[in-house]
Amino acid sequence: MNFILELVVSVFLLVGGIFILVGSIGLMRLPDFFMRLHAPTKATTLGMGGLLIASMILFTLREPGHISVHELLITLFLFITAPVSAHMMAKTALHQKLKMISRTRGQALVEPASQQMAPSGETVESGKS
Amino acid sequence: MLAKPRFRWLPMPYHSILLLVTWLLLNNTLAPGHLVLGTILALGIPLLTSGLSHPQPALHKPVKTARYALMVLGDIVTANVEVARQVMGPLDQLHPALIAMPLDIEGDLPITLLASTVSLTPGTVSSEVSQCRKFLYIHALSMTDEAELIATIKERYEKPLMEIFSC
Repeated sequence: MNFILELVVSVFLLVGGIFILVGSIGLMRLPDFFMRLHAPTKATTLGMGGLLIASMILFTLREPGHISVHELLITLFLFITAPVSAHMMAKTALHQKLKMISRTRGQALVEPASQQMAPSGETVESGKS
Repeated sequence: MLAKPRFRWLPMPYHSILLLVTWLLLNNTLAPGHLVLGTILALGIPLLTSGLSHPQPALHKPVKTARYALMVLGDIVTANVEVARQVMGPLDQLHPALIAMPLDIEGDLPITLLASTVSLTPGTVSSEVSQCRKFLYIHALSMTDEAELIATIKERYEKPLMEIFSC
């Protein structure tokens, strides 16, 4: 295995690791639940991407004639599940009326949102479209 | 009385392709044996499950869809860098907000795709959709101007999705 290959793989691993670390730091540092949600859903997506690209490069180039692309599948599953789980957690938090830090704007929307109503609060045409 | 739907050997062609590709990726091979097995699975599973699927609006514009996917991918990278900077920077400069975005797009699948895109891209997580399917509640990590944020989402993500599903 030559030096350049090792260098490229290391760079991807490092970048991926840094983003995952930042995601975890955000999880610890941000003040309320809704803001904390942002760090792991975003920062870790790119972090995982970096690690998977490193894995693809390493295992494809290490043995000639062997192509490793099943990491793409992990990426696909990650992209499908990350926003859904983030949405479910945010939805639950809204319904539990978890506290947001006081400078959050639009907190009046928590009430209609937890009732799944339109923002004005009045019951607009309730028929599902 | 409803006529019995005509039996189709290939009820969900896109799903079949996806299943075959997934099978080959899972096994990380292009060996002929796995090609055959994957093809059998890709043809057989849709035959068994097509009765369970909900009718969804069809994709008519593969090129636009691919371009949209690439754009979202690019935005995810910028979103990550952006969020990483905000997380590491001073926290009192963040202005979190909860907003309600009126939806022009219709149908469960398009709304799901829009909500997922919103969650994956810069500083926003979709948190609830109103029962009438006309408003999407979004939590923003740091928002300067509500109208501007809504306009950006509408212009950048909702419009191409509406074109893709032609609704």
